[in-house]
Amino acid sequence: MRKSIAILATMAALALAGAAFAGSYPERPVSLTVAYSPGGATDFQARIVTMVAAKKEYLGQPVVIINKPGAGGKIGWNYFASRASTDGYELAAYNVPHFIAQSIKFKTKYNINNLEPIANWGADPAVLVVNKNSPFNSVDDLVKYAKANPGKVTVSGAGLYVGHHIAFLQIQKATGVKLKYVPHKGGAPALKSVLGGQVMAGVNNLSDSYRSRANLKILAIADLQRDKQFLPDVPTFKELGYDVDDSSVNFRGIMVRKGTPKEIIDFLSARVVEMFKNKRVAKQMKIGGSPLRIMTRDEVIKMWKARQAFLQKLLADL
Amino acid sequence: MEFLQYFSAVLTPASLLFLGIGTIGGLILGATPGLSPTMAVALLIPFTFRMDPAQGLILLGAAYTSSVAGGAVSAILLKIPGAPANIATALDGYEMAKKGQAAKALQMCFVSSAIGGVIGILVLIFLTPLLAAWALGFGPSHLFWIAILGVTIIGTLDARSVVKGLLSGAMGLWIATIGYDSIQGVERFTFTEHLDGGVNVIAALIGLFAIPQIIEMLEGGRTRKTIEVLAVERHSIWASTREVFSKLRALGIGSVVGTIIGLIPGAGGQIAGIVSYDQTRKFSPNRDRFGKGESEGVVAAESANNAMVGPSLVPLLTLSVPGSPTAAVLLGGLLIHGIFPGPDLFSKHAAVAWTFIDSMLIGQILMMVFGLYIARLAARVVLIPPAILAPAILVLAVFGSFAVQHSLSDVFVMLTLGLGMYFLEKVGFSAAPMVLGIILGPIAESNYVQGRIIAEAGDGIFAYFFTGGLNIALIALCLASVAYSVAMEVRQRRLARIEGGAP
Repeated sequence: MRKSIAILATMAALALAGAAFAGSYPERPVSLTVAYSPGGATDFQARIVTMVAAKKEYLGQPVVIINKPGAGGKIGWNYFASRASTDGYELAAYNVPHFIAQSIKFKTKYNINNLEPIANWGADPAVLVVNKNSPFNSVDDLVKYAKANPGKVTVSGAGLYVGHHIAFLQIQKATGVKLKYVPHKGGAPALKSVLGGQVMAGVNNLSDSYRSRANLKILAIADLQRDKQFLPDVPTFKELGYDVDDSSVNFRGIMVRKGTPKEIIDFLSARVVEMFKNKRVAKQMKIGGSPLRIMTRDEVIKMWKARQAFLQKLLADL
Repeated sequence: MEFLQYFSAVLTPASLLFLGIGTIGGLILGATPGLSPTMAVALLIPFTFRMDPAQGLILLGAAYTSSVAGGAVSAILLKIPGAPANIATALDGYEMAKKGQAAKALQMCFVSSAIGGVIGILVLIFLTPLLAAWALGFGPSHLFWIAILGVTIIGTLDARSVVKGLLSGAMGLWIATIGYDSIQGVERFTFTEHLDGGVNVIAALIGLFAIPQIIEMLEGGRTRKTIEVLAVERHSIWASTREVFSKLRALGIGSVVGTIIGLIPGAGGQIAGIVSYDQTRKFSPNRDRFGKGESEGVVAAESANNAMVGPSLVPLLTLSVPGSPTAAVLLGGLLIHGIFPGPDLFSKHAAVAWTFIDSMLIGQILMMVFGLYIARLAARVVLIPPAILAPAILVLAVFGSFAVQHSLSDVFVMLTLGLGMYFLEKVGFSAAPMVLGIILGPIAESNYVQGRIIAEAGDGIFAYFFTGGLNIALIALCLASVAYSVAMEVRQRRLARIEGGAP
């Protein structure tokens, strides 16, 4: 039985990827390291996008999620880049710009050169939010107040050198005012301090802010276009005349370690993209309030390089 | 009274089946060292993928409730708390087991858990709209003072010596600083890569409690001592229940303190048990018997940690803000079914939300029934000869600390801390204050750092931390706690001198 599946899988691979390679990869379950704790957005989405992996037309084997949380993702990624196997049985989830910014700012064992992207499944842009009772009704209100009171406007976000922090730095640069960043232990506590009035504003995930929209004012979105699915009325910073692009968007996807054979990378990048496009995956992501953005390996390689160049410049000024 | 309508949804055969599976599963997972309630819920979420939302949530709610109480089983029988919430239970529970009262301790633990739990859920049902906004009002300065209040307890937690208690707590605070600091991202004391991730609380908890226990069991060698085992006196459930109800003070303090601490996002229900244990001792006329097998201590700790369950969901269900790690995991479980918690949860998904809450209410009772049923059987664990029990616990300890985040480093950290604790216990130190230090350190530190950043943008550090009604009230509580401990210590020394005993 297993042999026939293997033969089928190989044949399908030949047809799909167009690359010939011997062997019957994968013949046992594949693990996916998630550098964040269970229940967080990355973990939750990783479980959804891999739930159909065992189907013949995708990997033919289930994907097992292994959580290695700690230090903003550094623990899991350090482990992965230095100790994971390169036989295609160990995958990991990446978060851009987090891991790239960390590799620039800290001594990490990972950087874009020793990891190989497979495919991207999602993109969660950062949004600027204030409490429902805040006097600020627009980005301009906030900027006007901050101009009169430099350094007095507190803005919460999830930690240093994560998407929220990058967006904060860009907003500060584009508006030319001095704001005060208050790092938190994660997106949820950062949003809590906006809702509880401990800080004046916050940079947070679109998906989480969308869920709390009854108690928030969402002022702007740090992306190139509006989010038509969830927040069609919220303008982008660009529309408002501030030069903030999509560099802070939290991209999530799957990668392997460098040194993994090319045939396996080709097999995975062809199959995984198809797996992300599965109807059940799309439906489950939508009801979970998580925006899908599927990108192929080549697109991700370009995106990683662009982020690396951009972040190097942005973080050099600090 | 809307919640009454939905009891019928819980009482269908399918729902009751999931409730039963969740409860039993939660008890077993909770009793396994290393599998905290957060882990137990996370492990069960994949099973709910294909269930109907209400039934999936029943399973998760029941597991959450019963795993909190399940952690007391190993705390009482083996002196290894299943989760940080059960540390205070081990202090008196294990002493009771040593006296042959293991069955009684377990029975009292389940009865008081259920009472505290039901009170907590009732608070969730009736006071949620009132309390949600109040709970969000706790900012960094308040959480900082709450952590300091916890620190003031450290010294007196170990009844034997205040100085050693404080020293051990200070070591805990230091251990907590190892690894990356979560706010600024700076590395501290990481001389080996095994410490990169810092010291995980669960791994530390297992090591500090279990390893000294295992070594002590094996120390006896093949002498008579190793064949001798603890006795288990039979104890009627009815008598235990009556005794729990005779400890109204402990029940009251436990439930109230547990509810309040559970409500505050970020305070961590982990300290609810310890704070109410300490409060109960301070108000009890039998305070000298605490730590030596006083059942009041078990009642206070267990009613508090289950009372925390309901209120910890208040900010999650109404504002979509998870107040505790377990609530964060539950949020994932809700989202996967397309249920967005928030202000309109009870209007849009009333059936699912109320069925979930009602199932937790029934789950508390079911947990008590199952718990009481297994209490006498479980108590027989202490009849197992140490030569067999010790290796079994070692396996559980290694497995449990590895399971937390699939990391061998955690196992090394667990073993190292445990070995160190064995020698420290020889000179009169104890594990509980150290674990409390490890738990409180990060809460105090990160909130101080955040508070300082916010204060610099505002009116300055002094104004931020020392003004405002809530800050002043919390500072007053801290001072009162310290003053009380000092007064007790002075009085005890004077008594000792009058009696002519050793100073």
